[in-house]
Amino acid sequence: MSLAIPRFWREIQSRYNLIGTKCGNCGKVDFPPRAVCPVCGRKSIGKMQRFQLGGKGSVVTYTVIHDAPAQFEMQKPYVMAIIEMDEGVRLTSQLIDVKPEDVRIGMKVQASFRKLGQDGDAGVIHYGYKFRPAG
Amino acid sequence: MKSGIVSYGAYIPRYRIRPKDIGVVWGADGEAMGRGLNIRAKSVPGPDEDVITISVEAARACMAKVDLDPTEIGAIYVGSESHPYAVKPTATIVAEAISSAPVLTAADFEFACKAGTAAIQTTMGLTLSKMMKYGLAIGSDTSQGAPGDALEYSASAGGAAFLIGVDHVAAEIAHTVSFTTDTPDFWRREGQRYPSHGGRFTGEPAYFKHVLNCAQLLFKRAGTTAEDYDHAVFHQPNGKFPVRAAKQLGFKEGQIDTGLCVREIGNTYSGAIMVGLCAILDEADPGDRIFAVGYGSGAGSDGFDLTVTEEIRKIRRDATPSIKEMIADSVFLDYATYAKYRGKILMREA
Amino acid sequence: MRDVAVIGVGETEFGELWDRSFRDLGIEAGLKAIQDAKLRSEDIDAVYIGNMSAGKFIDQEHVSALVADYSGLADMHLPTVRVEGGGACGAIALLQARLAIASGMHDIVVVGGAEKMTDVGEVQAAEILSSTADQEWESVFGATFAGLYAMMARRHMHEFGTTREQMAAVAVKNHKNGALNPEAQFQKEITIDAVLQAPWVAEPLGLFDCAPLSDGAAAVVLCEAQRARKFSDTPIRIAGSGQASDFLALHDRRDLTTLDATVIAGKRAFHEAKIMPKDIQVAEVHDNFTISEILAIEDLRFIEKGKGGPATAEGLTALNGKISVNTSGGLKARGQPVGATGVAQAVEIVRQLRGEAGKRQVVGARHGLTHTLGGTGATAVVHLFERGD
Repeated sequence: MSLAIPRFWREIQSRYNLIGTKCGNCGKVDFPPRAVCPVCGRKSIGKMQRFQLGGKGSVVTYTVIHDAPAQFEMQKPYVMAIIEMDEGVRLTSQLIDVKPEDVRIGMKVQASFRKLGQDGDAGVIHYGYKFRPAG
Repeated sequence: MKSGIVSYGAYIPRYRIRPKDIGVVWGADGEAMGRGLNIRAKSVPGPDEDVITISVEAARACMAKVDLDPTEIGAIYVGSESHPYAVKPTATIVAEAISSAPVLTAADFEFACKAGTAAIQTTMGLTLSKMMKYGLAIGSDTSQGAPGDALEYSASAGGAAFLIGVDHVAAEIAHTVSFTTDTPDFWRREGQRYPSHGGRFTGEPAYFKHVLNCAQLLFKRAGTTAEDYDHAVFHQPNGKFPVRAAKQLGFKEGQIDTGLCVREIGNTYSGAIMVGLCAILDEADPGDRIFAVGYGSGAGSDGFDLTVTEEIRKIRRDATPSIKEMIADSVFLDYATYAKYRGKILMREA
Repeated sequence: MRDVAVIGVGETEFGELWDRSFRDLGIEAGLKAIQDAKLRSEDIDAVYIGNMSAGKFIDQEHVSALVADYSGLADMHLPTVRVEGGGACGAIALLQARLAIASGMHDIVVVGGAEKMTDVGEVQAAEILSSTADQEWESVFGATFAGLYAMMARRHMHEFGTTREQMAAVAVKNHKNGALNPEAQFQKEITIDAVLQAPWVAEPLGLFDCAPLSDGAAAVVLCEAQRARKFSDTPIRIAGSGQASDFLALHDRRDLTTLDATVIAGKRAFHEAKIMPKDIQVAEVHDNFTISEILAIEDLRFIEKGKGGPATAEGLTALNGKISVNTSGGLKARGQPVGATGVAQAVEIVRQLRGEAGKRQVVGARHGLTHTLGGTGATAVVHLFERGD
């Protein structure tokens, strides 16, 4: 998938540093940032505060991708997982530094910084989070 | 007032390849090559790793060891000869990824294998002059040797970051000195994929001349001899040169062993002496004195006289994996996979 | 609200139709449905088109006017509407057309669904399909469409003990049904072993756990129920419709083994129709992956939650089983031209309720259901149909 330069750039804070939001009304953490809390709705407007996730979580479910998009061709087969962060919010990420057969539901993982893709050999490089087994 | 290392962090990719497995592809006795270079394996970056990801991981490991507001960092300099962008700084990405941006200065350095130590000297000056509270100096590379070239057996990947400042210093840098000449022993022209080198010319007139001269200047400046140091670490393009240089300077094997990582991970170029220094700091006690002389082709050497302080005990050294642990966490590749990961296979356009 | 009935149906064959363009397909399905309803062009009040991504597949937007034009309706200057909603777009088009008639604005509306997917390469097609997931927070990170469903499958296996064999039973059943459908892309039965031994796509889903990429189109003609008898001896009444949405990204959902959008869309449709899931004899559900059918039969309350795998393996959802599911072959065997899906499902149910389904006829079919998903379940649409007599 090719991404226009500003389209990736404007999400850098969340992709690099796991910046989400916390609802000032109910305290629920969301990632990526939301303007409106899914629980509180209108009451949360203007009360959503910037919140950085700690980078630790556990695997809720996972898959090993064999049919890969062009950007991920060099890495296949690779593991994707839905991760529940310690703050309660979930996200989807690649799991690295682990053999596919060693991945387990419930496994503890932590965020790392990797290359996600690039806009061709001459284009901008996209960086962001991937997760690896917690050390 | 002395400037020094406030915290440190490193990152070594976990993939490895053995000299034997490289040699077999090129019809060479790789094992003998490895023995000659004193290298058992070299680190290889994964397909999603580059100097930027290695620099960020090292910088984060450095920041994880201390409780420090990243916005207090006034400068980030990343030294490398394999920045992913020819134009567009690695340092700005590191700054964003450790939440130091935007009120700081940042730049990329290049001086073959000593760009990282040049960054240390720069940030020492900036913090000693009180221009800023902390500076972050990074040396990191994913160096490439041309397929089949002697360099292919050693050129590896890794990096380290040092937080430099005058407060909470864990390793004081009492003296630093440099020795610089115009010596074309190793280079890469703009647009060229692989570096070129002068073969045996990289030895005596290049590495040894600069390292030994710089070391002697440092002894003189500090009023010391080899015996005064607990540890010594040198630029380590292979496992042979630094051992020979150390011997000529009067160091014993026990003094250079801890920082000699090249034997297990190869030459991480801008990261080499810095990763070695991290390995020493992983184990150092207050009062330990460290002698460090780097080398960059082209050519120059930066020397440092360091003394570990009580602050080393306040750093959470176990917050991130030690160099020993990163060296042990290895996955060995065959040459085909290595070639794929390093982009040596001609692919169709994605 | 006025009652609405289906008075005509038509579809193309589904498959890799190299010699047919998007236009060819749309026209063929539309004309067949119009012919089936014995309509004249002047009887038509509007055209609604379900299409997922002609803009990406053939670089052509504005396909609603295009299809009306090439169907010979340009001079009628009809209002034409293209509906987008991932894989559910055809089912949403049907729902919107129903509303247009129910409201009294129109009396007769042609609803088409079409997709031409083979004018791009397979890798590109797979990437286009995944664009109905969350591009910014799923796809960018490497999650493929199959990968997201695979993660639902893995979780279902973890929570309920569902097995790969049970999922394979979905593919085997739907291929068996597809073998009885002359319009199906795959008219060949397969074995459990063939499914299990197929190459991985995204573990635990193999190639035969996935519906194919297809070209095809389908169309139905809707009519205000009072007038329907003028055109059809067996008008099929739309007894209820429900649509629901959910978080776009799978990871944000309440539960990874229940598609809440399906549950709620189903409840809404059954509430309107005043019938129960047990009253349904035949259902076309969204089996883009084998796990999807297992989730659907559970979430639509045909089968208890967690028992969808064993129920399929035991044959409860086979042709003339407890409930006949995907008699057309489903997306799996009939084919998956995405925009056509919701409409093609309606075509099959109408055929079943009319008693025109040939070798795959469900005995005594009186009530039928269609269930269509958009994305990984951020949209679900359920329609209930009943025989008019």
